[in-house]
Order: sequence, then structure tokens, then C-alpha cells
Amino acid sequence: MKTIYFDNNATTKVAEQVFEEMEPLFCELYGNPSSMHTFGGQMGRRIRQAREQVAGLLGCEPSEIIFTSGGTESDNAAIKGTLAALPHKRKIITTRVEHPAVLTVCRELENHGYTVVELPVGKQGRLDLAELEEQIDDDTALVTIMYANNETGVVFPIEKIADLVADRGVIFHTDAVQAIGKIPLDLSKSNIDLLSLSGHKLHAPKGVGVLYVRKGTRISPFMFGGHQEAGRRAGTENVPGIVGLGKACELAAKNIEQENNKVKKLRDKLEKAILENCPDSRLNGDKENRLPNTTNISFEYIEGEAILLMLDKYGICASSGSACTSGSLEPSHVLRAMGVPFTAAHGSIRFSLSRYNTEEEVDYTIEKMPGIVNQLRELSPFVAT
Amino acid sequence: MWEYTDKLKDHFFNPRNVGEIEDPDGVGEVGSLACGDALKLTFKLDANGRITDAKFKTFGCASAIATSSVLTEMIKGLTLAEAAKVTNKDIAEYLGGLPEQKMHCSVMGREALEAAIENYQSGGKKKHELEGNIICTCFGVTDKEIERVIRENNLTTVEEVTNYCKAGGGCGGCQGEIEKMIEKIQPDEIKQAPLTVARRAGKLTNIQKIQLIQQTINEQIRPALRAHGGNIELIDVEGNKVVVAFRGMCAQCRLADFTMKDVVEAKLREFVSEQLFVEEDKESAQQPHNHRE
Repeated sequence: MKTIYFDNNATTKVAEQVFEEMEPLFCELYGNPSSMHTFGGQMGRRIRQAREQVAGLLGCEPSEIIFTSGGTESDNAAIKGTLAALPHKRKIITTRVEHPAVLTVCRELENHGYTVVELPVGKQGRLDLAELEEQIDDDTALVTIMYANNETGVVFPIEKIADLVADRGVIFHTDAVQAIGKIPLDLSKSNIDLLSLSGHKLHAPKGVGVLYVRKGTRISPFMFGGHQEAGRRAGTENVPGIVGLGKACELAAKNIEQENNKVKKLRDKLEKAILENCPDSRLNGDKENRLPNTTNISFEYIEGEAILLMLDKYGICASSGSACTSGSLEPSHVLRAMGVPFTAAHGSIRFSLSRYNTEEEVDYTIEKMPGIVNQLRELSPFVAT
Repeated sequence: MWEYTDKLKDHFFNPRNVGEIEDPDGVGEVGSLACGDALKLTFKLDANGRITDAKFKTFGCASAIATSSVLTEMIKGLTLAEAAKVTNKDIAEYLGGLPEQKMHCSVMGREALEAAIENYQSGGKKKHELEGNIICTCFGVTDKEIERVIRENNLTTVEEVTNYCKAGGGCGGCQGEIEKMIEKIQPDEIKQAPLTVARRAGKLTNIQKIQLIQQTINEQIRPALRAHGGNIELIDVEGNKVVVAFRGMCAQCRLADFTMKDVVEAKLREFVSEQLFVEEDKESAQQPHNHRE
């Protein structure tokens, strides 16, 4: 059976060109860039090239790029590193819809005496910027707000937020893991101080990511033990991962047009057909300010995990915000923050596309979806027959 | 992804006995849309008092649907006395096992069966009612139900109780009570689990005392407040006076006094020192706070 992969916000396929770049770095060119010999030392050049490729996509200086093990490490390093550099400030502002890599870190810091403000969102998942402004005070060390939401694809007005935060002289971090490669961004014209990205969300391998630190931003190192990354992140470089990420960023810069045309068209077709063909379904999140690849749809009276398993039978991969898929007993914190009723949150499905998806795959899914929904509704005690 | 048995998948993809029996002898309805799963079971008896037909309708995940399907298969041909003996363990075993976190699906099956039998015995009048006192307000689980899953499945941890009947899996505010119930019901079974907070031992230095107060707030108090949209902050410790501030919903809650005295002070006295008393920080008490939920 063919796999139809609509779960690209969870992880993506490694692009063939990326893999080709990485392949010789395991068994042939396996040297340590810190070594004095040519065999190892030559790898430094490859890392430098990757740093330039990443900087090219982000519109920043190569020296502003720190390679990490992924999005979660970048988020941890940004938040804890900023607080450690500003020991006299005790307040963090974030949102209720952040990825756990930010939200859990902030809540843990609360246990160490920090005050954490979690800004609410409206029904469409939008923030109230006036409320953010009101919350920033002299005690605020950091504002951390995601670029785009992983579950709904809702994009926050990050540039506006960065300006607003910069005006008040506070450090601004954004978790841009879902945005990079999907929407254009130019850090040279931005007030963003810190930005996290993850390799495996943009067709690079798992286990590599980036923390962008704007020149002049004070941040204490998170990992100690070596001089790598100019002393800002110790540990022998993940050379194949870094080289792969560099290539993936180069490809992303070329493909960003395609993401916004081809992928968006496919997403829109899938979304429109499902909403039309499946009664009692609803879209979750802001339709205007949204990633081009993501749609999050709730199906009333049925449960997400059951839908996923039915889709799985046809080789279709998606994800759900239902309680049952997480192992916890409550549905997605993002949908709850948006005030999506529990009943709809339990039946939510996220489809997230990539440039590797085809119209055929979308058509096949459109054809299967109503049958799946009907089959489960026939079982549901909340649907009159 | 969950590891489901082939039998479970078969019952999910090809559920048996779906629907509602017209003019049934017994109806059992449990669960709700908000809880994430619900089951309506109907059955019909023959002249000899045996179940001739049983049907179900279920809202829920794959394992909820599959447990409902096997339940109808299991009870067909049984007398009501026999059916009443079916336990959640029997249902799970019939499926070749369930993932631990899905055991509550088997409990829901057994509850629906009981409710349907009760409904028959009351001449079709009685709807299922919760027995006992509600312990878990998030999922509406009573002490009777918790006690039963502990006894029937020989449970020894709060996590297991949550897996089996959802209690404690929402805000977590009732986990302490569940722990006490386990201690009472299974005094010999409990493994000597390390306590999350060290109990008072000897005299504490000032720094140790403050650290223990902070730790107790972090682990014992904040999770419950947070679940209800509130929060607590430790402002200062002066001798035995602990100054705290309430945030979010708790700040305006009309039960704030009650929460402060009963929960915070009791917890701090239990885990740190009997002499402690709690005061709310005046400045923060007067500040307006946002409702989170």
C-alpha cells in the first residue's frame, strides 16, 4: 500500500539532495572538525558552508547561527540562556498555545520563582497585542511567542510583536519551527532577537536545529564542555546533520514560492472538499493568517483516534488533537485555549502537507473521508439514525 | 501509536452488533461527549431470561469501539446473573489485552452492562446514577467506582487508577485523595514509593525551610490551582509567616480564603512545619487579574 503522508508538521521526508550531501559524511569523511589534521579539519569548511546556507535563508549573518540538536534544545537554550543573562528580571511572557518545548519550560521556571504570563487567544487563535503591551513591565526578561502554530497553522504577527517588544527594551524569542521554509522571513529587517528552528520540519534529518542569536543579544550558554560554536554550544558538531540542514535551507529558499502556490492549492482543495462533503465539520483556526500547508478540521460526534486509524487503513497519515491520541485524557491545549468545545476538539484532525504531496493523493483522501466519517457516525450514540 | 491486538483491530474495523434494539428490555448509557467517550448498550431477553440480542452505539477511540463490540458478543446467551459477573478484566482479556492507558475502555463496557441490567431490574425506569461521592470532578468519578477498580484490578498507583477509570487524569487535584484511598484499600500491596517531598526530619535551617516551602508549593499546591485557571506565587517567608500571592482565577475566587487556609496552609503544615501560617500579599491581592479559562 502506498503511504500518503499528510503529517508534515510532525516530521518531513529528508530531501534526496539533502541525503546525497550527507551520505559521504558517515563512512568516508567522518573526521572531527576540531582535529588538527587535514582529514578532520576539512569538515570545518563544510560547517561554515552550512552556516552560510542557513543564514541565507534567514537573512542574517552566519555568525548569528548556533547549531543545536533541534527545536526543543533551541527553545530551552533561548529561554534559560536569556534568563541567566538577566538575573535581576523575573518575568516571562508567553502564550497559552505554545509548543510544549516552550510552555513546559516556562511552567517549570515558575517553580524557580519566575512569574509566567500566558497570553490567551481568541476563537480564531489570534492574540490581542494590546494585552501583550500591557503585560510588559520593568521586571520582564523575555517575551517568547511562536511564529506559527503547529496544530492549527495560525501565524502570529511576529514582526509587529517583535517591534513592540523591542520598543520596550525586552528580549524577544520566537519558536519558528513550523514557519521556516513555509513562509518567507528576513531577519535583517526584523527586531527578533532569538529564533528557534528544527531541521526535520524542513526536509533535513532529525537531531539538528538552529538557534539564531542576534548580534549583541546577551545569552548564557546552555551546554558546557567544549569550545564549539564559539563557546556558545559545547559538544562535537553533528556534522552530517548540520551539512544536511544547510542543504535543506538552500532548497527551502528555492522552494518557498512552490510552498505558497502548489502546496497551498492542494491544502485548499483538500480542506474545501472535506468541509463540503462531511456534514457537521468545522475548520479550527484563523483562515487568513495561516501556514499554506496546514488545515485543522473538527468532525462532530466522532473521535479523532478512531478517524486516524480508519485513515491509516488507507495508508493516509494525519494527526489529531483528541485526548486518546496523546495518552493524556484531555484534548489539545491549543484547541481548548481557542475555546473549541470539547466535543469538537475530541474529533479534530490535522492534515499538514509538503511539496512532495500530489493532487492524486489529495483526491484519494477527499474520496475516502466522507465514508470514514459516516461509518463512525453510524456507531455514535450522539447521531440520530 | 498504540499497540492494539489483531482481535481489537478486527472489532474496530468490523464492529459486531451495532445499533439500538427497538423496545429493549434493558438500556445502559454511560460516558459523555465532553469526556471523550460514551456508550449506549441495549439488550433483549428471551423467555428463559437469557440475553438473546445485544447492540451498542459508541463514541470514542478504536479501543472504546472494540470493547463495546466484544461486550455485546460476550453477553449474548448469558442469563442476567451470569452477565452481572462479567468484569472489566474479562473484557480486556477477551480482546487479548488492552494498552494500560486504555483500560478505562473496558471499565466503561462493564459500567454500561451494569447500568443496563439495573435499568431492566427497575422495569425500564431507572437511569444509571452515580453511586457514592464524586472524587474526580473533571471526569465525574465517585469513590465507589475508584474503590472498585482498585479492588478488582489490584491497583497500587494513582497512575493505574487514572488508566482504569480516568480519575485523577484531568486537573490532578484529586490525586492526593486517590493515593489515600489506595493506601487504605491496599495497605499490603503498596510499594514503598519515595515521597515527592521529603517529610520533616529534625530541625531545618532557614534556607532549607524556604526551599521546602517552595517545593511544596510547586509540587503539592500549584498543579491543582493551575488546573482551575489560577496560580500561586511565594512572595516571602518571615519566620513562620508565609506570604503568598494568588494569580488568575484564584485571585478573585470567592473561595480564595477557603483555598488559602485549607489547602495551602494545611499542605505547608503537613510537609514543612506545624507552626507555619499563611498570609496573602496585600498588594497583589488588590491587583486585577485575568481569567484564564
